[in-house]
Amino acid sequence: MRTKLTLGGLALSLAVLSACRQDMHDQPKYVPLRPSDFFADGRSARPIAEGTVARGHLNDDKLFYTGKGADGRPSQEFPMPVTKALLLRGEQRYNIYCTPCHDRTGNGNGMIVRRGYRRPPTYHSDRLRQQPNGYLYDVITNGFGAMPDYAAQVQPADRWAIVAYIRALQLSQQASINDVPPEARNQLGGAK
Amino acid sequence: MSQIFRRSTNTFTRATIFGAVFMLGLTVWAIDRLSRSDYVTRATQAREQPVPFSHAHHVGGLGVDCQYCHTSVEISSYANIPPTKTCMNCHSQIWSTSPTLEPVRASYRTNQSIRWTKVNDLPDFVYFNHSIHVNKGVGCESCHGRVDRMPLTYQVNSLQMEWCLNCHRNPEKYVRPREFITTMGYQPAGDQEEIGRKLVAEYKIQNARALTSCSTCHR
Repeated sequence: MRTKLTLGGLALSLAVLSACRQDMHDQPKYVPLRPSDFFADGRSARPIAEGTVARGHLNDDKLFYTGKGADGRPSQEFPMPVTKALLLRGEQRYNIYCTPCHDRTGNGNGMIVRRGYRRPPTYHSDRLRQQPNGYLYDVITNGFGAMPDYAAQVQPADRWAIVAYIRALQLSQQASINDVPPEARNQLGGAK
Repeated sequence: MSQIFRRSTNTFTRATIFGAVFMLGLTVWAIDRLSRSDYVTRATQAREQPVPFSHAHHVGGLGVDCQYCHTSVEISSYANIPPTKTCMNCHSQIWSTSPTLEPVRASYRTNQSIRWTKVNDLPDFVYFNHSIHVNKGVGCESCHGRVDRMPLTYQVNSLQMEWCLNCHRNPEKYVRPREFITTMGYQPAGDQEEIGRKLVAEYKIQNARALTSCSTCHR
């Protein structure tokens, strides 16, 4: 009788415990950012071997990837047509990546600046209004002064979208009521 | 010789046999509750991290957008944990001598990754993809909760399959316009179901039959 009870108890606990196996939940495979015991740096994500060019990533469009023209100087050209969709994308990306320091108007009084980061110059100076588009692209790509580079966070097409939006911001601070189409003027009622 | 059992034993026996049904029911109920409990799913439990990173401070306090750090959420299956470089964008100048942030600076100096503890951990047999959800109007908040109010990050929902299916069966109850994806504390401008139905059509979200097919999430 006692053995039967013990056996029964054992079977029951086995049945219950078997549900606690997590082999399928935690499979011995790499998913993004999972650490590795195999590689010395502890990362499962491996750097690309030097000199490798992934298919479709030759990045030989100099203007698009560096903002520089054939003469090696920052270009005034945009590598794509500036459309409303590009501006809207630029606005969205600008508000994510640039506003922490440059603030929504481009005056350079963002939240991080208010917390002690070195204040960036306003976009609305003559110096920055006259810089070519490729210069702004280059600053986003490689950083400038206290500003770190955003090459990893903002992809090239989005950098150009941001450049277009910065141009729109600069225009907005110099605009007069005559720049607004008459049929759109009633939308400005909210501004005081 | 006297009787071994008293007369009252009859009643006692009947009561226990009858009661066993309830005991069994109670056990099943208890296991069911336990398997869905926060204790098992680890929801609402803040996880220990090498640096006590506060989303409440960065998102709620400073207004940094989710995508400033989680840059790949729109284009890839996973919303990346930012590299230390992203932390240093600001912390090269702000709190740059704080002892709390020493692991971050050490990581930047030595090029060794910080070993963050994963908070929202799905089983490996679920092939969850962030980009499809974000691009079809599922807000960060819908799964991750009010991250802007979390001093230490914790999982909000059970992440169990029944929870996923709530939305896969009735996406119109949860989707929002794409421009509000990272908004915390989003309020629909009107009736959610009505807006939701419109968005489901506009974003071409598949019907519940396709969304609840096994191979949608498991392969």
